[in-house]
Amino acid sequence: MNQTVIEIEDLSFAISGKQILEQIRFSVPAGQRLFIVGPNGAGKTTLLRCLAKIITDYKGTIKVQNKDIKAYSQKKLAKILTYVPQVLPADIPFTARQFVLMARYPHLSPFSVVGREDEKIVSDAMEMAQTACFADRVMATLSGGERQQVSIAAALAQQAEIFLLDEPATYLDYKHQRDIHLLLAKINTTYGTTIICVTHDLNSAVLSADTIIAIKEGKIVFEGASKDIMNEKTLEDIYSKKFDFAQHPVTGQKIIVPDVIE
Amino acid sequence: MSKKAAINSIIIFALLVVLVTPFLGPIKIPFSALMDFKLTTIAGKIFYTFRLPRVFTAFLAGAALACCGVALQAMFRNPLAEPFTLGICGGANFGTAIYLIFAASIPVPHCGIAFSFAGSLGAVLLVYGLTKIKKGFSVGTMLLAGIAINFFFSSLILFLQYISDFTQSYKMIHWLMGSIDVDGFRVPGVLFIFTAVGAAIIAAQSANLNLMSISDEIAISRGVNVKVTRKIIFFATSVMVAGVVAFCGPIGFVGLMAPQICRLLVGHDHKILTPASILFGGAFLTLCDTIARIIIPSSQMPVGVITALLGGPFFIWLLLKDKDGALI
Repeated sequence: MNQTVIEIEDLSFAISGKQILEQIRFSVPAGQRLFIVGPNGAGKTTLLRCLAKIITDYKGTIKVQNKDIKAYSQKKLAKILTYVPQVLPADIPFTARQFVLMARYPHLSPFSVVGREDEKIVSDAMEMAQTACFADRVMATLSGGERQQVSIAAALAQQAEIFLLDEPATYLDYKHQRDIHLLLAKINTTYGTTIICVTHDLNSAVLSADTIIAIKEGKIVFEGASKDIMNEKTLEDIYSKKFDFAQHPVTGQKIIVPDVIE
Repeated sequence: MSKKAAINSIIIFALLVVLVTPFLGPIKIPFSALMDFKLTTIAGKIFYTFRLPRVFTAFLAGAALACCGVALQAMFRNPLAEPFTLGICGGANFGTAIYLIFAASIPVPHCGIAFSFAGSLGAVLLVYGLTKIKKGFSVGTMLLAGIAINFFFSSLILFLQYISDFTQSYKMIHWLMGSIDVDGFRVPGVLFIFTAVGAAIIAAQSANLNLMSISDEIAISRGVNVKVTRKIIFFATSVMVAGVVAFCGPIGFVGLMAPQICRLLVGHDHKILTPASILFGGAFLTLCDTIARIIIPSSQMPVGVITALLGGPFFIWLLLKDKDGALI
């Protein structure tokens, strides 16, 4: 078993009286691909935002590399984990390269200049994320898929060991969805990066995750190996609807199929 | 125009303005007056007691306002954010208005700036408090709250005017229009300290401002301590606004305009944008003040009249130019 990189104990969070997360408790071994699923409003994004220290007024403890994240400075924490939001703002006036370069922030002191090494790290990251070809275009002119690739390139350039991704492929077409999932898998196998990814796409979760956690109404309702979630009863409990299943023609994995709409 | 050319032209523009404007005015200043350090000639006296200090004061005030504008616009991710729209100037105005009324009975001389600072800091704490009390305060709401704060302080000032006597009231009106009447180097000296401290603090936040101008989420995820940076920027802004308002009165639109023009010219990287806006804002206000000085030779028109006259139409242009029509 790999070393534990994230340990969440009794995490609860309420906003204006409404309980968003309740007694969440799980741990993540280094290098794991963990997908978090669940219905809308279940608290998935909130959970990621707590992990990224964007939300700080939660109850319970979150430990990253055996240390409470509240004991880290934001900058120190940014060397270890990075958060990729669902979408970047559409009007970013910087070029893709400038944006990725800014991800070197945790590695630079306020007055140090971007060095040759940083430039190389940025170039490599953009190459790996297949974004080098539009490096000099302004972010605002890129498509949603391209912007998302740049967002992941920036996370790579940040050289964090843990990636927190909030539905990275939700608004993308099939090709870009595949590109993002392939990229994440490649990052995971190349650098041993821990991937924690929130998604609504059960099939791609089951095909690429090691572990899946399902959250419903702020509580963990399923935690286990990814293939075990493809169970009629389990899924019905999570989503309050019936599912039809099929077998993936290549891997034989049980997957869900779209509902027939008459 | 390439960015490099734009940066160079801003530097040249600023230099030209500072070098040329002290010589402009109803009284001709010969170059020989420059060597008259003992102020034996009238021209020398005018140059060193009035013209040069005034040019410096205008430049520093414009620089400070532009610098505040850059930082606030990035922090709030809104082109309308500046010391005026956020109510910071309103607070400083109120502080200074109190000083103008009670100046005679205050034993410490030249302490107007302390009142101005108390006012701007008070307004900043109010704005900051609002962001703290109500989570998820949208920037639009924030600006509306700022405008409300401004109105609140304006009414307090009107009230002060109402209860004060005629001379005090006239003084207040003249000062409220924004005017740069200085005599000697004391004012530009003090203003230099306030502007330099504030601008240095904000310039040091360039990398943070770049990230915060994208989104707080991204800034935090890259390791920016957004909460601390916000406090630092609010503090630096209130220092600079206090200096400007105490000596020059509320001067509008520079803080809004200078950063916008500079964004169009040099781009959005605050490492370049901040110094460019400081230079441009300084030069722009100096130019406005020179126009105010010479447009009606016998009287000294307050510079606030000129900046607002130029600023108003610019503001409309900015609104029209914005492609989505959704600045807020």
